[in-house]
Amino acid sequence: MADVAAPPYRTIPIIPALKPGSMEDVRSFVANDKINEALGFPGQLVEDWHDKAIAKMGELLTKYRSLKVYMDACVHCGACSDKCHYFIGTQDPKNMPVARQDLMRSVYRRYFTLPGKLFPKLVGARDLTREVLDEWYTYFHQCSECRRCSVFCPYGIDTAEVTMAAREILDSVGYGQKYANEIIGKVHRIGNNLGLPGPALNDTLEGLEEDVKDATGIDVRFPIDVKGAEVLLITPSADFFAEPHIDSLIGYAKVFHATGTSWTLSSMASEAGNFGMFIGNYDQLRTIALRIREAALELGVKRIVVGECGHAWRVAYSFWNTLTGVGDGADETDRFAQMLQKQLDHRYKQPMHICEFTWDLIERGALSFNKEANDKHIITFHDSCNVARGSRMGDFAGGQFEIPRNIIKAVANNFVEMAPETTREQTFCCGGGGGLLTDDLMDLRVKGALPRMEVLQQVVDEHGVNFMATICAICKAQFTKVMPIYGFDRRMVGGVHQLVSNAIILGDK
Amino acid sequence: MNMASILIAILFYFATLMFVVGLFYRINTYARTPAPLKIPTTPAPTTQSGVVLRMTREVVFFESLFKANLWIWSMGWLFHASLALVLMRHLRYFTEPVWGWVALIQPIGMYAGLTMLLGLLGLWARRLFVERIRYISTPSDHLMLLLLIGIAVSGLVMKFVAHTDVIAVKSFFLGWMQLSIGTLPGDVVLYFHLLSVVALLAIFPISKLLHAPGVFFSPSRNQADNPREKRHIAPWAAGLEK
Repeated sequence: MADVAAPPYRTIPIIPALKPGSMEDVRSFVANDKINEALGFPGQLVEDWHDKAIAKMGELLTKYRSLKVYMDACVHCGACSDKCHYFIGTQDPKNMPVARQDLMRSVYRRYFTLPGKLFPKLVGARDLTREVLDEWYTYFHQCSECRRCSVFCPYGIDTAEVTMAAREILDSVGYGQKYANEIIGKVHRIGNNLGLPGPALNDTLEGLEEDVKDATGIDVRFPIDVKGAEVLLITPSADFFAEPHIDSLIGYAKVFHATGTSWTLSSMASEAGNFGMFIGNYDQLRTIALRIREAALELGVKRIVVGECGHAWRVAYSFWNTLTGVGDGADETDRFAQMLQKQLDHRYKQPMHICEFTWDLIERGALSFNKEANDKHIITFHDSCNVARGSRMGDFAGGQFEIPRNIIKAVANNFVEMAPETTREQTFCCGGGGGLLTDDLMDLRVKGALPRMEVLQQVVDEHGVNFMATICAICKAQFTKVMPIYGFDRRMVGGVHQLVSNAIILGDK
Repeated sequence: MNMASILIAILFYFATLMFVVGLFYRINTYARTPAPLKIPTTPAPTTQSGVVLRMTREVVFFESLFKANLWIWSMGWLFHASLALVLMRHLRYFTEPVWGWVALIQPIGMYAGLTMLLGLLGLWARRLFVERIRYISTPSDHLMLLLLIGIAVSGLVMKFVAHTDVIAVKSFFLGWMQLSIGTLPGDVVLYFHLLSVVALLAIFPISKLLHAPGVFFSPSRNQADNPREKRHIAPWAAGLEK
C-alpha cells in the first residue's frame, strides 16, 4: 500500500475545515451476482430499485423503533458533527454523523413525511435518484458503526442503526458490498469468515499444540468438537492463524490449561464474528448466530465463552439471547430458548467474555503470573468500539473498561492510559470496523485511524509505550496494516491474552 | 368580538387539535414500533430505575450534549430551561384564580423571556457562523429558530415596550377554553405573537420538534443493559422461531 499516505497529525486537535467531496470517489467494491445470490439477495441492481428501496425503507420503519425515532428526532444541532474518526481523518462533510444520517433522512422526509412531500426544498427532502442511491452506497460504506456519535447525541441517535438500515436496503435491491457479503457467504459455506475448512483447522490446532510444547515444554491442548466439554470457546477465526491474533488464542488455551478447565472449539461454529450485524440484516445475523446454539446443543457444553473480538462480543453479549437463547431469563413458555438455557450452568454468565473468565480466575487466586515476563513492554490499551459502547463485562456498567485493564495490570508492570477523551466510552474506532476491513478501502482506513494514531504518538513520546493491547480481531488486523504507514512497528499491537500468555505460570499439569 | 379575534380563536382550535392529535399519533407510532434488539449505548444502567435516572439526567440536564459541546449545551439548555419557565408563567392566562406557584414564578418568568432569546440567538449564531453547522442546516432549521425568536421578541415587546391589555387577553383565553369567543385587544404585536404560536403548535408533530417525545423512545437511551439476564424478543422476531 505504498500509494496510501498517512494524513499529518493535527498540531492542535481542532476541528478540521470541510473538504466537500474529498471522499466521494472512495467506493468499496460492489458484490457480484454470485456473492449476492448466495445470500438470497438480487444479483444486481434490480430494474425497479426505486420502488423496492422505498418499500423496504417503509418496512424497516415499522420493524425498528430505532430507525423510526432517529429519522424524526434529529434537530441538526451538530453535537455529533466533529465526533466521527472518518470525518476527522477525511474532512469530507458527508462523513459527519448527522450528514451521513441525512443522506437517508432526506429521502425519509420526501416519501414518509407531510412537509417533505409538500415542500421538499424547505426541509431538505430529496427524491431517491440513482445519484442518491450511489451516494448511499459510498458513504454508508464509510461508517464503521462504532456508535461514538451516539454517545454525544442528546437523543442518543445512533448512526450505526441508520447505516445498517441503509445497507439492508441496498442489499435488498441488489447493491451489496463485496467484502461483507463474500465473508457471510464463507460462513455459510465453510463455517468461518476466513474460509478455513475443517481439516485445515485441525492441522492448525495440532501445529499450535506442538509450538506451545516447544516453547514451554508443556502439553497445552487445543481441543475441537469434544462432546461433554464444560466450556465451548467461540472465537474469531483470525485467532487461528493471523498475527498477532494467534498469540491470544494461545493465551486462552493456557488459561484453560492452568485451571484444568475442560473446553472445546467447534468446527461447526469456528467463528465468533457475525457480519450479519454489519449489513443490518436480521435474518443473516440470526442464521449465523444459530450455529453457536446448534454447536452448544450438540456438544452438550455447560458454558459458552467468547474470544477477543469486538463486534462478535456485541453480538454475543447483546443479541445472542434474543437470537439464539444463549443467555438466561427466558420465559417458562419459551421452549426455543429454554431448550438451551436448561443445559447451561447459570452460576456463570452466559455467554461470558474470555476476559471475564480470566479475570474471575485471577480474582479467585486460581492463576499465577510472572509479571516480569512482560517487562519489555510499556503497555497501553485501546478500547474497541463495539465492546466499549455496545456491550458490558462483569456486574456493573463500565466493567468492559475495567476488566481488560485489570487483567493487564495483573500480568504486567508497565501500564499507561491514552488521552481520556479517546478511551472508554469515548474511544475512537480503529478505522477498520463495521465491514470496512478491506483493501479497496485502504485510503479510508488509514485516514480513519488518525485520531487513534495521534494519541498513541503522545504516549509513545511521553512514556515510551511500545505495546498497544486490544481485544478485537478487526482492531488487531487494521492496526497491523495501518500503523506502519504512520511510522509505528506493526508488532506494537497485540491482544490482552497475548500478555496473559507471556506471563502465566503453567506448572506441570 | 371582531374578525381578528374570531380568526385567531378558530386557528387556535385547529392548531391545538393538530398538536394534540398529531402528537398522540406520533407517540402511538413510536410506542407500537418494536425494538427487536438490545441497543443501549453502553455503559448503560442495568436496571429499569437506572434507566429512569439516565433519562432524567438526559432530559433535565442534557447530559450527552454536555459531553459533546459546551456552546450548544449552554445555549440549548438556556433556551429550553427558559422556555419551560416562560410556558409555566403563561399558565396565568389560562387559570382563574392563578395557581399559587404560577404567581410565585412570575418575576423569574419575566427574565426567562430574555434568557430564552439569548439562547436562541446563541444557537442561531452557531448555525450561521460555524461552517460544519451551516453545512447541515436546512432552510427549515433557520426558519424554526426565526419563528421562536419571533415569538420571544413579540412577547418581550409586549412586556417591556408596548404593553398590551393582558386582562383582556386573559379573559379571551378563559372564554376560548369554554368555547366562547371573546374580543382580543387590537394589537398587531399580540396578533403576531399568537399567530406564531399557532404555527408552532401546528408544525410540532410533523417537524424536528418531535425530538421532544422522541428522546423518551430512543432505544439507545431507554433500554436497560441486561440482555444476558433477561431474554428480549420482539413479536415479529419470535415469529421466526415458530
